Amino acid sequence: MDHLPKLVAEARDAIQAADTMTALEELRVHYLGKKGEITALLKGLGQLPADERPAAGERINQAKQALAAELDERKQTLEKAALEARLSAEQVDVTLPGRGQPGGGLHPVTRTLERIEGLFTHVGYDVAVGPEIEDDYHNFEALNIPAHHPARGMADTFYFDASRLLRTHTSPVQVRTMKSGEPPIRIVCPGRVYRSDSDLTHTPMFHQVEGLLVDEDVRFSDLKGTIQDFLHAFFEREDLAVRFRPSYFPFTEPSAEVDIECVMCDGNGCRVCSQSGWLEVMGCGMVHPEVFRHSGIDSERYTGFAFGMGAERLAMLRYGVNDLRLFFDNDLRFLQQFA
Amino acid sequence: MKFSEQWLREWVSPALTTQELADQVTMAGLEVDGIEPVAAAFHGVVVAEVVELAPHPDADKLSVCQVDDGVERLQVVCGAPNVASGQKIAFARVGAVLPSEDGKGFTIKQAKLRGVESRGMVCSASELGLDSETSAGILVLPAAAPVGDDLRDYLLLDDSTIEVDLTPNRGDCLSVQGMAREVGVLNRLPLQAPELEAVPAEHDETFTVRIEDGDGCPRYLGRVIKDVDVTAETPLWMAERLRRGGVRTIDPVVDITNYVMLELGQPLHAFDRDNLSDAIEVRRARQGESLVLLDGQSVELSQDTLLIADSSGPLAIAGVMGGEHSGVSTDTRDIFLEAAHFSPLAVAGQARNYGLHTDASHRFERGVDPELVRQAAERATALLRDITGGRPGPLTEVSATASGSAPHEAVVLRRSRLDQALDKVLADDEVSEILERLGMAVVEVEQGWRAGIPSWRFDIAIEEDLIEEVARIHGYNRLPARHPRAHLGPRPDNEARRPLAALRNRMVSRGYFEAVTYSFVAPELQQTLLPGAESPELANPISSDLSVMRASLFPGLIRALEHNLNRQQSRVRLFETGLVFRGRLDELEQIPMLGALVCGSREPEGWSSGNQDVDFFDLKGDLESLIALGDDAAAWSFEAATHPSLHPGQSARVLRQGQEVGWIGKLHPAVRAQLGLKTETLLFEVQIEALSQGHVPAFKPLSRYPEVRRDLAFLVDAGQPVQALLDILHAQAGEWLVDAHLFDVYQGKGVPEGRKSIALGLTWQHPSRTLNDDEINQLVDSIVEASRSNLGAELRG
Repeated sequence: MDHLPKLVAEARDAIQAADTMTALEELRVHYLGKKGEITALLKGLGQLPADERPAAGERINQAKQALAAELDERKQTLEKAALEARLSAEQVDVTLPGRGQPGGGLHPVTRTLERIEGLFTHVGYDVAVGPEIEDDYHNFEALNIPAHHPARGMADTFYFDASRLLRTHTSPVQVRTMKSGEPPIRIVCPGRVYRSDSDLTHTPMFHQVEGLLVDEDVRFSDLKGTIQDFLHAFFEREDLAVRFRPSYFPFTEPSAEVDIECVMCDGNGCRVCSQSGWLEVMGCGMVHPEVFRHSGIDSERYTGFAFGMGAERLAMLRYGVNDLRLFFDNDLRFLQQFA
Repeated sequence: MKFSEQWLREWVSPALTTQELADQVTMAGLEVDGIEPVAAAFHGVVVAEVVELAPHPDADKLSVCQVDDGVERLQVVCGAPNVASGQKIAFARVGAVLPSEDGKGFTIKQAKLRGVESRGMVCSASELGLDSETSAGILVLPAAAPVGDDLRDYLLLDDSTIEVDLTPNRGDCLSVQGMAREVGVLNRLPLQAPELEAVPAEHDETFTVRIEDGDGCPRYLGRVIKDVDVTAETPLWMAERLRRGGVRTIDPVVDITNYVMLELGQPLHAFDRDNLSDAIEVRRARQGESLVLLDGQSVELSQDTLLIADSSGPLAIAGVMGGEHSGVSTDTRDIFLEAAHFSPLAVAGQARNYGLHTDASHRFERGVDPELVRQAAERATALLRDITGGRPGPLTEVSATASGSAPHEAVVLRRSRLDQALDKVLADDEVSEILERLGMAVVEVEQGWRAGIPSWRFDIAIEEDLIEEVARIHGYNRLPARHPRAHLGPRPDNEARRPLAALRNRMVSRGYFEAVTYSFVAPELQQTLLPGAESPELANPISSDLSVMRASLFPGLIRALEHNLNRQQSRVRLFETGLVFRGRLDELEQIPMLGALVCGSREPEGWSSGNQDVDFFDLKGDLESLIALGDDAAAWSFEAATHPSLHPGQSARVLRQGQEVGWIGKLHPAVRAQLGLKTETLLFEVQIEALSQGHVPAFKPLSRYPEVRRDLAFLVDAGQPVQALLDILHAQAGEWLVDAHLFDVYQGKGVPEGRKSIALGLTWQHPSRTLNDDEINQLVDSIVEASRSNLGAELRG
């Protein structure tokens, strides 16, 4: 019994010195196991006189508890150290790039078309598409451009034969939609269009988005409000000046060209706007009664507006692209800029 | 339409600067495309006379001139070959500032040229910025030019050329008169028209005209003018106005007809009287007729062409261009002047059919005021008399009744319709006044207004035309804006259908960049990639490289690949969506497709990825990822098949529900060699319609019972497609199979030559009970048995 303090002191030293879990477990068995030294002392209590037993028992139990706590604490210390060692060994260089297939990107024209479509579909327009090889009727006749009309000279047309051609605008989709449906009609028609023109500022293929709204009591003021809001939203500039300039399209009347304050120079005049401070961005107008007649819509009951714009032009202005031809080179260094 | 601002201001001159005037007409729908000063900035240049001329003592190419500038006589050295004694010239005095390229101006100083004193400079047109091209010699002024006058005043150089880009409906503005009319309307100013009096006949010779086609030519005025001096000089003022109108001077007769056309808008033509026989007929061409035109080209005339002819045959294409034989030449003495009205429909399209575009056809196609013919004839006669000394005969007129050759007579504008269209109520007076200013005879009627349409407005035929005119003159930007009212109900939406944007986004997330290539391609490239493919060919392609419609997205993607490979890109992943065109025009299909192309390493070069190149299964994985967007993968299959431009061992037809919807594979090495592509390239294209098919998810309860998994490895012939084994497995594995996947394909050590090992992991789970081993063993046995009997497959180990 008298060697208990010494035993406890030895055990403490041994526990503090143990540096593996295995060593610690061995110490636990050595002192507190079934055949451990402290356990043996407890077992030896019975040999003491009865009056000494409670006090001795208490001392031994205290020692046992103290050692158990010591073991526990040491165990936690060792576990913590082991975890730290592991974490340290598992450290990676977080500045290395991640693994896997990097993302690609949409073409800037698609990006622009989707953006325009989105602005209109969110307020209830549908997206409509149509064939690109069209007939003379849908591309011209039905849009109030009869044969030999001088307006046919406005777009240089690619022909396959006397009556079939590559659509010069997305307007045939309007006609097809009006013929197959009933007002109210609210559509936007994005797509490829073709004109036989190729120079610095023209490519033989480009993209248009056209919009059409037909309903009862649609007014020029509806067109103006729609276009103004669209342009403010597209360029994300509420204060962008927009003006309507009288113009002529055979399929609308009244017709207008829409100019915006030059987004490159804020209207102060620069090379892009030819020093005028204004940029022509789209055409629009009220649907011509002749177009309604071809589409089987009563122009006394219904009125409507239509507008059309070039996607490349808007993309150039929005993203600052300075060469139209870049859109069709598909150079990855160009495409990556819009990812 | 290009014209001199000064000329316009003779007709009407609002108190506006040039720029303000341009802005005003632009905002009225006549878009000003450009304003150019007619001469560069210079000063100190006067009219002077070369009094004496002597050769330079020390230089062959120089002359020493004695020049009278109205103040003194000066000695000037001049290098121009055309300088001559007695000429009136443009003389820059010492101290004059001439235009220079840097814009700062270039000051004339007293100098010695090869030892001879020179006090000033004799100028060429280009040195004064009057001509953009370098002049060969000095500018020689008319003999009547007053010595000492400032050249800017004498040539009226303080002027601008205004170019207006007119829309096709506004043919009435294709003249100074027409532009002036519009400016007058906008500024509420009257026009100052030049005085036009009937020119008295000086002889009584006439020439017979017969109109056979009254619809095409309702009115034809003519006059014989004798003793015209074709060598007379076109007056400087006229030549300058023509130049400022973008018209070249030719001879006084042609210049006068052009001048009157620019001034009033009526095209005129002058024939050489001596080359006309019998009488003029206005008729359609007859079969087999041809004509040598003024520009020297010979054209075969089609039968719908309206002609001016005589008994010997065609003389001119009416309203388009005259013939060479009957035209005015240096030998011409007597002319026959034509002032005719041709209807738009008779001229429309004719010029284009012959590949021509003339000032006359441009105007007639758009409609020329039928009331103009007489004024124009008288105006031209007076000028011919005054400038060429011609002696006019009586003016003869032949007319026919015609339909559709003149503007509409009257159009009604309803107040209710106007108010609704503009969303603004304009006062009665304002509406009437606008219409009246536009030259309309306005009568107020019960519903609104009846407007008599002026003879020059071919574009006004319906109520909307009047609404547009009122809106235009009132000002579009003064009209209100509002928002369309619409029924805000949710609309039908097909959830199963995958939108194109979702397909595109999936491609983007798989590392592809979207390409947009032309829909027309080079026929050779298309034939290399798709021998025998039929697609429409353009009749008028922009170049042979872009002449046939694509029957596949492959040609465009290959071109885009080439572009990038030529710019040191070694890893290319591109996709495109768009129509392909298949079949002849009569049975044409325009099919929306999605195509993709890959080459180079699987992943970008990096610290952790290998440098393996992409292979068939990378691309197939990308396609499967598109399919997996919503469709049932079981609807799709890949069938080994040969395609002319794909590797025969690495290509597949893609099927959806047994229908071919696309192709996938590696570019054939021979095709690659033919195209000069050094890199292995893989491609697919699939119909978007097939990829758009999806389904709405249908929930199945989750089982609470344990799964049972068995792994089976089979030995099959090396050439055996795995799909057959999978088909058997699905047929035999019973309804509780919840997963079957391939986890190893192996050939080599331990597997007999000519065989391959296929390892499959199968998982079963019953929805409402635990499966027992016997059940599973039975299913496995039937799989093994069916595989053995159908495919000769043996279970391994």
